[in-house]
Amino acid sequence: MSASVIFTSLTKTFGINCQIFFVTLLFALPLGLIISFGSMSRFAPLRAIVKTFVWIIRGTPLMLQIIVIFYGPGLLWDGDLLPRLTAVCVAFIINYACYFSEIYRGGIQSIPRGQYEAGQVLGMTKSQIFFKVTLLQVIKRVIPPMGNEFMTLIKDTALANVIATKEIIMMSKEYATKGLIWPLFSTALFFLLFCGILTLLFGWLEKKMDYFRV
Amino acid sequence: MPILEVQNINKSFGSTKVLNDISFSLERGKALAIIGSSGSGKTTLLRCLNFLETPNAGRIIVNGETLFDAADHSSKSDEEIRKRRLHFGMVFQSFNLFPQYTALENVMLASLLLAKERPDYKQNKRAIHEEIEHHAIELLSQMSLEGRMSHYPHQLSGGQQQRVAIARALALHPDILCFDEPTSALDPELTGEVLKVIRSLADQHTTMIIVTHEMAFARDVADHILFMDGGVIVEQGTPTELFENTQNERTKAFLSRFSQNN
Repeated sequence: MSASVIFTSLTKTFGINCQIFFVTLLFALPLGLIISFGSMSRFAPLRAIVKTFVWIIRGTPLMLQIIVIFYGPGLLWDGDLLPRLTAVCVAFIINYACYFSEIYRGGIQSIPRGQYEAGQVLGMTKSQIFFKVTLLQVIKRVIPPMGNEFMTLIKDTALANVIATKEIIMMSKEYATKGLIWPLFSTALFFLLFCGILTLLFGWLEKKMDYFRV
Repeated sequence: MPILEVQNINKSFGSTKVLNDISFSLERGKALAIIGSSGSGKTTLLRCLNFLETPNAGRIIVNGETLFDAADHSSKSDEEIRKRRLHFGMVFQSFNLFPQYTALENVMLASLLLAKERPDYKQNKRAIHEEIEHHAIELLSQMSLEGRMSHYPHQLSGGQQQRVAIARALALHPDILCFDEPTSALDPELTGEVLKVIRSLADQHTTMIIVTHEMAFARDVADHILFMDGGVIVEQGTPTELFENTQNERTKAFLSRFSQNN
């Protein structure tokens, strides 16, 4: 088997990793914001429920969560299994939304009270204060920790192979079982390249936000 | 008729009584200074007027309109409070400018958002925007900030930031402008430029309430002074009455501590 054929198949399967990455972000970024609002709610029971949920999700391995979401319905109530990739994405979205929610919460709570009060005395509504005053300041503050999460996320996508989703690590392990070991190691290049692009992107974003201080 | 009447305001935080039966009134075009040591309730009183705190009892009346009555406060929505707030302007000790906006944008932002509620906003968008910008430029010039309009807050000195904050509060044409220790966060050399601006506002007969530790300034600029201690108004009167003909022992003790320090 030629190297170019192998690289093509690795590239193709890395597409699955990228797919998990982007789908997770698409849903987990807004869901995380909703969860963070829940964890800051003035209604204590809601806050307790949300905090317990976040504790459970952050306190258990993502690999286990993938297994539970994929096999759970069948084992518990004889339900239909989700398609493998869907199950992986659901687990990733829930898991990452919980991490994002804590980052958002940190960002939101770090905005001084005075910013809200200044908006209030100027007759702004709550949503105007959020969107026109605090949001951009929160975004500026969460960019560095988010950069970390994004990098962890692309590498975590390799966990999808635990339920036999054919992503890049799974593919390269198939070559390994046939006695070809270098494809497995070469997968590092794909992740390195991806993280390199992320690093540049986040560096650019931070620079973009450099015109003001919070 | 006084522009502002405050009647029997009470405010407690938990079991701590911070304001105890505060009543006073203010005439249009006059400057009122509130003095007193830290923890005497001055700032809380100002925050009550701006609806940043809700008094437990009492009434606030502006231009004969009852803006706040603790007796039926539960019926008042956020929306109502938001409109009533606009009778008051507030300048904070820590400026609280919005860091992502330039000086000019800081002054314009609230006016632009309020203009969107006008029924004619859609047709006259451009004209309204220009009018707001024109007014903001005028206010910043009045604060001697002509060359600083497109600067961001972090590029300005404390004194300049506070002057932007004053322009921002004035932009909404409040009936009464409140200052909460406007120079306490400033170096002595920057204090002067902010006091100068407040003084010129007093000369133009802007109705103001100034919480301050600058005794000489209060004496100089205010038409009327309240001395607060332990959540009550201990003594009030004109600057001459209060400083030269002090009646109350607590006021005397407070003022003598200040004259020793200066």
